[in-house]
This record gives sequence, structure tokens and C-alpha cells, in this order.
Amino acid sequence: MSFVAIVRQPINPSDILQHVGSEEDGANILFVGVVRNHNDGFPVKGVRYEAYEKMAKSVLEEIVMEARSQFGTDRIATTYRIGNLVIGDVSVAVAVSSHHREQSFLASRFIMEEIKKRLPVWKKEFYVDGREDWTEGLTPPSVLVTEPK
Amino acid sequence: MLFFASYREGVGSGRMDVRLPIGAKVSDLISELHSKGEKFTCLPDSVVVAVNHVYSEPVTTLNDGDEVAFIPPVAGG
Repeated sequence: MSFVAIVRQPINPSDILQHVGSEEDGANILFVGVVRNHNDGFPVKGVRYEAYEKMAKSVLEEIVMEARSQFGTDRIATTYRIGNLVIGDVSVAVAVSSHHREQSFLASRFIMEEIKKRLPVWKKEFYVDGREDWTEGLTPPSVLVTEPK
Repeated sequence: MLFFASYREGVGSGRMDVRLPIGAKVSDLISELHSKGEKFTCLPDSVVVAVNHVYSEPVTTLNDGDEVAFIPPVAGG
């Protein structure tokens, strides 16, 4: 009963929470990532998320499957928004429910950390002063070094 | 081939085709692009590549019709 989506329309966090929860669960966790108005001391007015959409969906599904396996709950929902977002818009939401709170806290943290490490998504920030730049990112675990011929 | 974000802007295109000898590997493709000159200098010597939506290694052999994506450092969340 896991749910994964890459969307272009606004995310309503309470909708994501509807995908999890059961009578056997005593804990429902909802993490919501939003666009903030600053980065590295510079005022930001908006961002654009770009994704390799087909791969992003499969990587997100892979991350959720790993979370299911590691933390013992299949009640997990994750939605990532791409496109142009303004300050306060929700960019990502992760909902997890489980028998006890520890699994939900750990699973939601795991999913967010793995998204940061390997989801093929990029963020361009638009600053108040008119500049724009791609946010410095993380190299996914499969670091490839070209071999001299 | 697909190029995203800063790589797309550096290369000047998000998608292009390339012909390689039968049995060519990912490392051969990267060398081929670097030999083409300035346009591809935005691709670092160490570059992450996905073949058909899966992170792949330099020794991965490419086949006709494979979709090869050059993945800049990721910045989701």
C-alpha cells in the first residue's frame, strides 16, 4: 500500500497522509519540505526543480522499498513536486505510519536522506537580486571515474 | 543521450544521439564526448551516468538504443 508520485501540481500534505495509517498503527508521521526564502545568506524568491522523471520515479520507489524492508512498515507515501515553486510551496511530502513511533521517525528520516543523496532532481534558485544558479548538489553513490584510454 | 540541469546548459542541448562501435562501454562514450572539444568540457572527468534509468559504471557495455543520461550532482529535497 505504498504510494509514490512525481507531480507538477501543488502538493496538499493532508492528501499524502491519507495514503497511510491503519487500525494497527499507533504512529503517523508527516514530513513536509517547503521552499524557504534564503540560502547561504542570499534572499531567494523562488526555485525551479528539474527531474529525470522516469528515473526519479523508479529511484523513489526503490528508496521506499528499502524503507519498507528496513523499518518494517509498508504504509509509506512520498510525493515530490517539480517545476516552478515560490516561497512556502511544498516541494516534498513523506508520510509513514507504523505500530510504534520509532519506525515512522526512522523511515521518514531515511527516505529524506536518500532523496538528498540519489534522487535525480536538480534545483535552480532565483534570487531577489536577479541572479539565478543551480544549487550545489551531492554526487550519487555510484561515482564514475573515466578510465584513460 | 540526455543532459540535465547544468550539463544541459553547458552542452547546449538536452538530448542528442551518438554512434559508437559495437561493444563500446560507458567510458568509451565519455572519452568520445571529451574528444569532441569545448562543448563537452562541462562534463567532469568523474561523471555519473545512468543507462536506461539505472546508475551505471564505466565498464557497462552499451547497446543499440540505450538511453544514457549524464547526471549532475543531485539536489532534491
